[in-house]
Amino acid sequence: MNALRRLGTPAQRIVIDPIACDGFGYCAELLPGLITLDEWGYPIIESSLVPARLLALARLAVKECPRRAIGLATCEQPSDGYSGQQQP
Amino acid sequence: MTALVDQRVVTPRLLACVQRTGAFDLASHVAVHGWPKALDLPPSRRSRLAPWAEELLTDIEDAGLTGRGGAAFPTARKLRAVLSTRRRPVVVVNAMEGEPASMKDQVLLSFAPHLVIDGAELLAAAIGAKEVLICLPDDRIEVGSVLRATLAERDRAGLLRSPVHVATPPGRYLVGEESALVDWIRGGPGLPVFRPSKGAPLTLGPCVALVHNAETLAHVALIARHGPEWFRSAGVPGAPGTCLVTLSGAVARPGVYEIEMGTPVADIIDLGDPTATPAAALVGGYGGGWIPSSAFKAPYTPSAMRELGAATGPGILVALGSASCLIAETARILGWLAAERAGQCGPCTYGLPAIAEDLAQLARGTGDRGLLRRLERRTGQIAGRGACRHPDGAVRLVQSVLRNFPSEVSEHAQGRPCASALGETPLPLGVPHWP
Amino acid sequence: MNPTPTIAATSSQALWYLTRASGIVALLLLTGTVVLGIVTAGRFRSANWPGFALQALHRRLAGIAIAFVGLHVLTTLMDRYVSIRWIAAVVPFTSSYRTFWVGIGTVALDLWIAVAISSVLRRWINPRHWRALHWLAYGSWPIALAHALGMGTDARLSWVQGLVGISVASVVLALGWRLHRRWSDRPPRQDPLAARRTRGDVLGANR
Repeated sequence: MNALRRLGTPAQRIVIDPIACDGFGYCAELLPGLITLDEWGYPIIESSLVPARLLALARLAVKECPRRAIGLATCEQPSDGYSGQQQP
Repeated sequence: MTALVDQRVVTPRLLACVQRTGAFDLASHVAVHGWPKALDLPPSRRSRLAPWAEELLTDIEDAGLTGRGGAAFPTARKLRAVLSTRRRPVVVVNAMEGEPASMKDQVLLSFAPHLVIDGAELLAAAIGAKEVLICLPDDRIEVGSVLRATLAERDRAGLLRSPVHVATPPGRYLVGEESALVDWIRGGPGLPVFRPSKGAPLTLGPCVALVHNAETLAHVALIARHGPEWFRSAGVPGAPGTCLVTLSGAVARPGVYEIEMGTPVADIIDLGDPTATPAAALVGGYGGGWIPSSAFKAPYTPSAMRELGAATGPGILVALGSASCLIAETARILGWLAAERAGQCGPCTYGLPAIAEDLAQLARGTGDRGLLRRLERRTGQIAGRGACRHPDGAVRLVQSVLRNFPSEVSEHAQGRPCASALGETPLPLGVPHWP
Repeated sequence: MNPTPTIAATSSQALWYLTRASGIVALLLLTGTVVLGIVTAGRFRSANWPGFALQALHRRLAGIAIAFVGLHVLTTLMDRYVSIRWIAAVVPFTSSYRTFWVGIGTVALDLWIAVAISSVLRRWINPRHWRALHWLAYGSWPIALAHALGMGTDARLSWVQGLVGISVASVVLALGWRLHRRWSDRPPRQDPLAARRTRGDVLGANR
């Protein structure tokens, strides 16, 4: 994790809102190493942790998404929360 | 579903009252279960928990109670998460039970409603909630009227501490999902909501919603009376207590049974008097998994079922007779799951119908050579990429078939389906609820 | 002291040329913007033209087009040869000079301004409202085209007519491509209510 810190910026994680996402695919174009598209054009996050050298591109992806579906979240400890699912 | 309410109990706890007295009115309920002291003590204020409330929470924690709605999440942890939001809570009783093969919550509300209401009232008073909302589907009219009569009875006896309302959302499968239910209560369409951090509380205006399955609350009511050691005296260390399961399929006596957690699956199936040992069993409902008869000696616990590629889920077991085709039934289930999807997230909207179509081809034996590879790829891709666990359950079901029944799958893939592939289905499917 | 008639006439003529030229350029840039908008909405992408680049180009081109529209309006208002009050630039059909044709130009301008402002403030606007406003762009482009043809000054020139023809053709082609893609390509994204009308019984349908 230390290698990813630069000037004190905490590491960032990609978060995609699947409801907002409409499969435009700009995120996969800008971050091909981190995001690929499935057969229907929707993003698969291969690796959610953003290396420091790709941070600028990741921010561009966040800005360019037509549905504002992709965002960056600061890496934190896994929360003690629950998945909160009744079946289903 | 054939027989509705065979409530033979092996371990009478939740259904003890109706088992022993044949009645479920207030007097019988108190005679059999007693009355928990905590319901007479003053409720917690929002700022701090009353001492009895702190004790109850600790008891629930020590008992190791986990949710009986399907996710098996530790109940005490959910309570503490809601308390930490510092908002005024609302207790929501989830009795939606959208799975067609499940009847336990209906049975519980019909034959032990006081226990469920006890649990809801106890938690409401413990965490300073302002009201209780019981949600059941709008088409379950008899259950609704029993519930309302029960509430009226309690009201007349002066025993309703907090306001208890009954809400009846449409009976769609997904409305039973926690965030979808709260969305409906808020006035939305009742579709799941994306929560970036899974611990995010479900807000309801300025309040926070504490959503629990009806059966979980019934267990809370008993823990409040008898304590955590009593609760743990049934079940196994990793999965304590009892639970309700709905048994159906190739059995002579389908119905809802109360069993100890950790009971071998074979014993549970025997409760229903199967004519012959079933070839396979669906464990965990339509989002669970199929296990072969060779695995029936496994204990019925969340971890053991998970290892077999299934799940305990909301307590559903369907026995598959030799006259049925596993793959055909799975194809039917996937078709139903696909029809019940919300259509909000791309991978599920397109993936589920595609997988259902793949399975239909597999069942008929008409698949092309790339079918299995395609199925593996698709099931590997769509799980975890939706706003809710709907696609995850479908994927679990399909992967359990691929993993646990390789010879059947291979026969079908090579164009040699079972003769019974297109026969009558033992599974309740019903009509999808959307208008 | 009044400027001499020659200087007045020269500066007026310069403005007059500038108005017409900036109008034509604005029209071409707006056409390009509309074509790019159609193409990005239709999810066009190629190896050399990734989708995000086309969308960024659409936005930049729109900005330049608005600048030229602004120049066109400004030079029109500054020109003393025909007096058009500044109010006619925002309120349609209030110009005494060629009321109708200037008026529809103002209509197109108003719509473009609404689209531009909503896009700048996109982050703070409800996404549905933004989309509804953005659809106004589809309406405002033909109105701008009609204004250009109706004002007439250069519409008789064959090269101008050629440019107009190319503009119309490119928008029509882009629309045709988009409609074709929507109907023949991957299954359309179903609206949640429609998605569930399919009966679940995948086997029964094929018995």
